[in-house]
Amino acid sequence: MTQSLIFVQRKAIRAVGDDESSGCSVSLNTLTFVSTCSRPIMKGEELPGLLVNEIGGMHGILHDHVEFLKKHFCLITMKEFLENKKNMSKKVQAVYLWWHKPVIDKDLLQSLPNLKVIANSGVGMDHLDLKLVASFGVKMANAPCAVSSSTADTGMALLLASARRLVEGYHVAVSPGMEYCEADFLGVEVTGATLGIIGMGSIGYKIALRAKAFEMKILYHNRTRRKEQEEQAVGALYCEKIDDLLCQADFVMVVVSLTPQTHKLIGKREMELMKPTATLINISRGAVVDQEALVIALRSGVIRAAALDVTYPEPLPRDHPLLKLKNVIITPHLGIKTDKATRMITEEAVENILAALAGLPMPSEVHPS
Amino acid sequence: MLFLFPPTHVDKVQSPRPQNHSRGPWHPSREQFLPPSPLSSVPPPPSFPPPPQPGVPARLPALLARREEDMEAQELPCVLIDCIGGKHGVYEDHAEFLKERFCLITMKEYLENKNFLGKKIRAIYMWYHKPVINEELLQSLPNLKIVASSGVGIDHLDLSLLSSYGVKVSNTPFIVSTDTADLGMALMLASSRRLVEGHQMAISPDTEYFPADWLGAEVSGATLGIIGMGTIGYKVAERAKAFEMKILYHNRKQRNKEEERAVGATYCKKIDDLLQQADFVMLVVNLTPQTHKLIGKRELQLMKPTAILINISRGLVVDQDALVEALQNKVIKAAALDVTYPEPLPRDHPLLKLKNVIITPHIGSATVKTRHLMKENMTESIQAGLAGLPIPNEVLL
Repeated sequence: MTQSLIFVQRKAIRAVGDDESSGCSVSLNTLTFVSTCSRPIMKGEELPGLLVNEIGGMHGILHDHVEFLKKHFCLITMKEFLENKKNMSKKVQAVYLWWHKPVIDKDLLQSLPNLKVIANSGVGMDHLDLKLVASFGVKMANAPCAVSSSTADTGMALLLASARRLVEGYHVAVSPGMEYCEADFLGVEVTGATLGIIGMGSIGYKIALRAKAFEMKILYHNRTRRKEQEEQAVGALYCEKIDDLLCQADFVMVVVSLTPQTHKLIGKREMELMKPTATLINISRGAVVDQEALVIALRSGVIRAAALDVTYPEPLPRDHPLLKLKNVIITPHLGIKTDKATRMITEEAVENILAALAGLPMPSEVHPS
Repeated sequence: MLFLFPPTHVDKVQSPRPQNHSRGPWHPSREQFLPPSPLSSVPPPPSFPPPPQPGVPARLPALLARREEDMEAQELPCVLIDCIGGKHGVYEDHAEFLKERFCLITMKEYLENKNFLGKKIRAIYMWYHKPVINEELLQSLPNLKIVASSGVGIDHLDLSLLSSYGVKVSNTPFIVSTDTADLGMALMLASSRRLVEGHQMAISPDTEYFPADWLGAEVSGATLGIIGMGTIGYKVAERAKAFEMKILYHNRKQRNKEEERAVGATYCKKIDDLLQQADFVMLVVNLTPQTHKLIGKRELQLMKPTAILINISRGLVVDQDALVEALQNKVIKAAALDVTYPEPLPRDHPLLKLKNVIITPHIGSATVKTRHLMKENMTESIQAGLAGLPIPNEVLL
C-alpha cells in the first residue's frame, strides 16, 4: 500500500487585522491548503509514528480528527507505547499534545531517540519545559492562527454575558421558585464603555477589533507597543503603565501568556486600582490572577464582577468560594472548544510536524526564550 | 417639612443616591387635593436631611428658584404613574427627578380619589407597560394629553383608541438600540458557545473534569441572517461584521447600497433564502399583524439543523409551540430568547426545561445608563406634549 507524504503549504491571504508579529496572515473564510506531492514513499515504508495520549475519552484526540491524522501518521497511543516500549520507541518521530497530554518529561524524552518535533494544540506553552525539550534537539510548535478568533469570541462572550448579567437572568427566567423581577434587573452598558486589554498579541488584537464595533474605547498594555497603523485600525491607546489602564477601564480583559513575569499579574493591588464598577475577564491562564485576592475583591465590592474561562486548577475544587459568588461567571476553558477551531488546530499541528520531519521551516515554531 | 407622599415600601432597587423625600415639590394649593397622609406621623428615613431653618428650604439654589417660581406660577402638571419601586414601578432615583418636574400621582392615590384627581391628570408616564390603559381609564381622565411609553415597542397600546380620545403617544426608540443590539450579540455568542451550560458544568458539585469533546459552534466567520434591519438590526450587523460574519438580511424594504456595503450585508428579498443559508437567525422586527408568528413550523424547517434562532423582538413573532417541537426534534440546534409570550412563561412551560434554550427576562434595554436616558426622553416628550409643542419621539398612527 503506497501512501504519499503530503507537503502542506498555506496560501497566505491578507485580511484586516492580520497579526504580522506572529506570522499569521490568514482570514478564516479564505484559508486554503495547496498540497503538492514531493517525495513519494517507497513501497513498504511506514508512515512516521505520532505519539498521542489517547483517542477519545477525557483528554483524548477527537474521534473526528483520527482519520485525518492517520492519512499522514501511524498513530501510537501512550498505552500502546508503554505496553511495547522496545518496538515503539524508535518509531515515534513526533508527539501531538492534546490538552497538555501526554506529559513531556525527561524520562519520556530519553525513551524517544527519534523524536523530532512536539506539536501543541492551542497556543499556550506554559505546561512545557521548553529548554528541556530543546536540549534533546526536539523542535516545538503551537497553533496560534487557529486559536485567535475562537478565543477572542470567548472573551467577548464573557464580557457581554457578565455586563448584562446573562447567566443570572437565565436563572431568573427559568427557575420555578424565583420571583420574576423585571424592572430593577439592570446590567451595565457595553457600547461606549472603556475596555482595557492586557496582552495585545493576536488574540488581544482580535478582541480589540470586535470591541471597536461596539464603539468601545480601547486601552491596552503590552510588553511592546504595537505599530501606529495597528493602533489606529482599532482605535487603541497604549498604556505603558498597567496602572493607567486599570484606573480607567470598565472592563479589564487579561489575554497574556503565562510566564514567570505574568504569574499573579493581577493581584490585590491591581484590583484595588480598578473601578468598583469594573469587570475582570480572564481568558489567559488561571495563575495570571491571584484567585484568593479575587474572591476578597468580589465579596467586598472592590470590583463589580468577574468572568473566568480559566482557573487554577481546572476544574476548581468543588468547595471553592469562586463557585458560589453571584457576580462570577466561570466557564470550562471554552477558549477553542468549537468544531471549527479544533479542526484548524489539528491541521496546523500536522503542517508543523510534516515541515519539521522534512527539515523545512515550520510555520509556527516556538523557541525557548 | 411636610410628607406629601407616604413613603412607599420599596423592594431592592438599584439606587445610588439616598432617599430624600424632602425634595418632593411642595405647593400650598396642593394640600387641598391630597388626602391627609396617614403616615404623617411616621419618622423620616435615616437619610432625611436635618430640618431647615425657618423660611430657608434645604435645597440647592436652582431648585429653590424653581420652587418659588412654582409657587407663584402654575402648579406642576399632574402625571399618572403605576407606582414607585417594586417589580414594575418607577425607580426611586428616577422618581426624585420626575418629582422636580411633575406632580406624580400613583394609581393607588388616583383610585382612592378618582373624582378629584381624574381631572388633574394631564399625562401618563408608562413604565414597563404600566399602568394599563383601557377605555375606562381614558374616560375618567378628561384632561389627558399624552402617554409617554418606555422602550420602543408599542404593541401593548391601542393607538386607535388613544387617538380617538385625542391623546398623543411617545416612545423611546433610539436610545434602546445599542443595548438591544448588544444583548442580541450576547445571546448569539452565549448560545453558540454553550456558555450557560458551560457555567453550570463549571460550578456543578458533580463535575470532576472538563471533557475534551464538549464543543460549541464558532461565531467568527459564520453566516448571520438578520430579520428586520431597522436601527437595532443595523447595529447588530455593525457588530457582527467585526466577527467576520457573513451577513444576510430580510426587511420590508432594502437598505441603500452604502449602508449595505458598510456592514457587508446582502439583501434577501425572500425570507426563505435567508433561512436556508444562515447559521444564526436573529429576529429584530416590530410586532405587527404582519409579523405575528412570522417564524412558524415552515420557517423553522427551512432553517439548517445546525442553526440557532435568536429572538430579541417580541415573543409573539415566533410560534412558540412550533419552536418547542423544532428544538425537541432537532429541526434546529438551539434558541436564545429575550422575549416570550407571555412574560414570564408559565413555570411548567417546556421551553424552560430544554437544554438547548437560553431565556433571559426581557433585559434588552436593561442597563442603568439607558434607563436614565429613557426617563429623560419621556420627560421631554411629556413636557412638549403639555406645552403644545412638537413632541420628540411621537408615535403616529
